[in-house]
Amino acid sequence: MEVNSWVLWQFDVLILLMVLVCAVVALQLRDLVASAISFGAYSFFMCLLWTLMLAVDVAFTEAAVGAGVSTVLFLGTALHIRRRAKD
Amino acid sequence: MKVIAALFSIVLGVVLLVAANDLPIWGDPESPVSVHLSSYFIEHSVEQTSVPNFVTAVLADYRGYDTMFETAVIFCAGITVMTILRRSHRLRKKNVPPRPVREGQDIIICSAARLIVPMMQLFALYVLAHGHHSPGGGFQGGVIFGASFILLALAYDLKTVLSRLKEKTMMLVSGLGVLVYAGIGVLCLFLGGNFLDYSRLASILQVTEIEARSHGILGVEVGVALTVTCIMLSLYADLASGGEMDEGL
Amino acid sequence: MADFIQALLGHYNNWAFILLLMIGFYAMIAKNNLIKKVIGMSIFQTAIILFYVSMAVKKNSTIPILDHGHGAVEHAIDVAAYASPLPHVLMLTAIVVGVATLGVALAIIQKIHRTYDTIEEDEIMEIIAQ
Repeated sequence: MEVNSWVLWQFDVLILLMVLVCAVVALQLRDLVASAISFGAYSFFMCLLWTLMLAVDVAFTEAAVGAGVSTVLFLGTALHIRRRAKD
Repeated sequence: MKVIAALFSIVLGVVLLVAANDLPIWGDPESPVSVHLSSYFIEHSVEQTSVPNFVTAVLADYRGYDTMFETAVIFCAGITVMTILRRSHRLRKKNVPPRPVREGQDIIICSAARLIVPMMQLFALYVLAHGHHSPGGGFQGGVIFGASFILLALAYDLKTVLSRLKEKTMMLVSGLGVLVYAGIGVLCLFLGGNFLDYSRLASILQVTEIEARSHGILGVEVGVALTVTCIMLSLYADLASGGEMDEGL
Repeated sequence: MADFIQALLGHYNNWAFILLLMIGFYAMIAKNNLIKKVIGMSIFQTAIILFYVSMAVKKNSTIPILDHGHGAVEHAIDVAAYASPLPHVLMLTAIVVGVATLGVALAIIQKIHRTYDTIEEDEIMEIIAQ
């Protein structure tokens, strides 16, 4: 791994894996509320990844918007409609 | 359907994987992204605007026109959600599933929210005002400020928040935000410059032209923050109450 | 061979964004639940943002905020020492517009639920066909 020795690639790979896992889990869960929470976790890991990629402004926005407000909006909608999804 | 979708996404993935081999190596300082315009912004934005945060300088000054219409997009989204969902109590259909009833208020959550909300609002103002020197700016500050109201609505009730910040006030303030942004642009126009050319504000603010650009950025960020705050709260209020504005989550 | 492996490993960020893009695309087409479709759309969007942000990284650089940036700058600024700010600006606007479109999408979903009393795509299709 000489190519990326200037970055902590162990963290990078770990967070990338967590992002992928959270994305799949958010799509596979049948409970929409759990799905929304998992999507919030996905956004937060994405925010960590962008901090690692030196995009602090983007990461800050994602932490406030993606992990904060989007999750609440998803929760608000999920509690208003039938909570169980078929797939 | 699922097979076709899987086939499509695999084809997409393979095409992108082949194309991605031609991308520059990750972190290459000579990649096309980093050499043309970006280097100009890094070299000249401080001497031209005296804003050390390049992102803020580009966002609100060099690309100010773009950001203005983005604020307008957020405003339009707030109005659209309201138009789609808003209705009064009496029109509610009978077959809507019963909402989980909230009995009383949890004293721990309410006390914690009472402590946290002022801190959040102070932090939001700090993020807004210190966006020139640290990560932050109008969008982040506005979202955090809106989130403080959302926290209040989650801990107490939507009615508690809406009695402090009326829906009408909310929409008026969000429109005012866009107006502040566009108004600063038009003011520059009247002072003999181009639209959103903040250096013309120097004659009003009694500072040098470079500092005037810095202050102009702060002015438009305040406009952005006003719009974003109110639209975030409005989105939450509409979506969480199904457009009835009676109860929160 | 070693060069090839190193070139592949040097692109592992691209794999991640391609995989996320595929996940999001698959969810947008194949998922039956409308909220799942919207989550898929958000994943697709974040994948594109990830691509832009990873393009802006420079080797051995720091965040795009100037050190000691008050007043006049005496020393020359080393461009290679700061990550490119332009992709960050574009993606910042994309995120905020993304939450606005997300709000509109969820509002439309609630309206669909009010009209058809379901948000499953096949059930809505059955009701329309009647």
